[in-house]
Amino acid sequence: MTVPAIFAARGSADRLTGLFWRRPRLLLVLLLTPPLLWLGVVYLGSLATLLLQSFYSIDEFSGVVVPEFTLKTYAELLRPANFDVILRTVVMSAAVTLGCAVLSFPIAYFAARYAKGRWKAVFYLGVMLPLWSSYLVKVYAWKLILAKEGIITWAASATHTTAALDALLALPVIGGNSLSTSYLGMFAVFVYVWIPYMILPMQAALERVPTSMIEASADLGATRAQTFRTVILPLALPGVVAGSIFTFSLTMGDYIIPQIVGNSANFIGMAVYQLQGTAGNIPLAAAFAVVPIVIMLIYLGLAKRMGAFDAL
Amino acid sequence: MTIVKLMGTSALALMLGVAPVLAEMTAVGDGEGEVSIVAWAGYIERGETDKAYDWVTKFETETGCKVSVKTANTSDEMVALMNEGGFDLVTASGDASLRLIAGGKVQPINTALIPSWSKVDPRLQDASWHTVGGVHYGTPYLWGPNVLMYNTEVFKEPPTSWNVVFEKMDLPDGKSNEGRVQAYDGPIHIADAAQYLMFHKPELKITSPYELNEDQYAAALDLLRGQRALVGRYWHDAYIQMDDFKNEGVVASGSWPFQVGLLASEGLPIASTIPQEGATGWADTTMLHSDAAHPNCAYKWMEHTLSSNLQSDLAVWFGGNPVVPAACTDGSGMLTAEGCTANGMDDFDKIRFWTTPIANCAQGEGACVPYYRWVSDYIAVIGGR
Repeated sequence: MTVPAIFAARGSADRLTGLFWRRPRLLLVLLLTPPLLWLGVVYLGSLATLLLQSFYSIDEFSGVVVPEFTLKTYAELLRPANFDVILRTVVMSAAVTLGCAVLSFPIAYFAARYAKGRWKAVFYLGVMLPLWSSYLVKVYAWKLILAKEGIITWAASATHTTAALDALLALPVIGGNSLSTSYLGMFAVFVYVWIPYMILPMQAALERVPTSMIEASADLGATRAQTFRTVILPLALPGVVAGSIFTFSLTMGDYIIPQIVGNSANFIGMAVYQLQGTAGNIPLAAAFAVVPIVIMLIYLGLAKRMGAFDAL
Repeated sequence: MTIVKLMGTSALALMLGVAPVLAEMTAVGDGEGEVSIVAWAGYIERGETDKAYDWVTKFETETGCKVSVKTANTSDEMVALMNEGGFDLVTASGDASLRLIAGGKVQPINTALIPSWSKVDPRLQDASWHTVGGVHYGTPYLWGPNVLMYNTEVFKEPPTSWNVVFEKMDLPDGKSNEGRVQAYDGPIHIADAAQYLMFHKPELKITSPYELNEDQYAAALDLLRGQRALVGRYWHDAYIQMDDFKNEGVVASGSWPFQVGLLASEGLPIASTIPQEGATGWADTTMLHSDAAHPNCAYKWMEHTLSSNLQSDLAVWFGGNPVVPAACTDGSGMLTAEGCTANGMDDFDKIRFWTTPIANCAQGEGACVPYYRWVSDYIAVIGGR
């Protein structure tokens, strides 16, 4: 006579294990509920409230928020002054992303292809080190570096290149009274602050480009430029796009750097801060806050098509 | 006996119709052991930032009222905290005090219970930002002007007009003011422009820089658009402005005595003046919450804030003017008569204090441009529109 090989359950832990084994979905539900609640209530819930506020409007006379559905507030976004803010933010984000990509590529390429052993550690340290110090300290330091009487002006006069610096600052729109009060300076600070977020995913993508393919390309007679264009770049592109998601969204949401460096012209983050804080115009602040969300959704949709999420 | 006397005074006040029929304290009893205050940073010091500046410890030992402070950064934060409740007192500026009174969040003060009330600057006793219909809703705490700060190497003589920051011109050193002046990065700066126009364009008939009709408002915005071309960066953070005067070649700007004092103390060639057009300014009031849990300690604190010694040290620490004029000269603290003059004590009449612009103003119902439009339009001006 054979006895089925089932041991009696010993204690509640065994019974629980048995229950989860028989009903694997139960465990799944139990594990997922807390994070889903967090995501659903705290995160998406507040987003929904924000969205709701943006459909309200402010009473022209009293400045009191009217809780009735209207698209008036969104129409206000299209007013020239408000549209300028959006355009300014998007153009700056795009420029910073492009700047980061161009600067990061050689660094990431070197780190992925040539750095070995200790040099690899030095590379990681070099990229990560700026992230260890306070963001505010870095921005204030840059304000001093870029100031009219700062080290760059001093270096320019020491090397007799003041004329070149002045010519740069005389450029329309992006120039200004000094680097620290111009868009050029703000661009430099943004690139400095966000570049690690571009280098790291880019390097990860470049490391995954198989050496055999590059060798094959060379064997088949491709020049270095051809190999780069037709083999390395397409294979590394998802990493570049992944990095660009960080730099683009981080620039678009930032409201500290435009306050400290630049000519005080508003960016989306600053506008939200001012409108909800001092003006009590929460509907317009909410409508402004929806703009980056929409832009990022479009951006993420495009990035997904390019396979950016394979490299994350 | 004193209590009976005080009760008699308030009864008299009631009969004369000075006080309203609102629950107003009639006597100050024993302290409740604590008092909580919403205040601007640096307003209530207990010697933790700088040992020399401490006006809390002594009060706590004398009255047994433990002081807890909640600092707020903007007037809106103060209003929000008071609406939330749980605090006894707030040091509200003119753009918050009337909102608090209108919202019923603060209660009338029985000045008879505050012996030092008689020492308060008569110019402030009935000030419109804490006195409504003859009823006082707080005790003045500190006030100060928004001065014109300038570099004494560029301006050998103090500038006599705000035009150095509003109009394109050559400064005394022969170079243009483009990129060398600053303006305040807050919509309330529109009032500074309006005040300038009040003096230079009387045909606009501006009577108060905080009550502007559409035409007056448009003229002020035009002036500010011209100013945009002169200003490299607008200031909102006192320390960034000081840095700009040091490293950015800025030589003139509207500012607070706080920055002037700090820069001058570092030995930099900086001074300040109130030009012929006058200046805007801030005046803060200690107000009592309508549901204050510790009213006796709160009254004791209000009396304490009006002591000459506290006023003297506070004025030096924050760069403002005492609301008790004796503090300037009686040597009870660190303040001197020169210090008061430098902070604008003698220029009270030239100063128009911050108030929140509202649609219903002296010009009529809905005749004035309300504050929320000041905000969006000032954003547009700074954005170059």
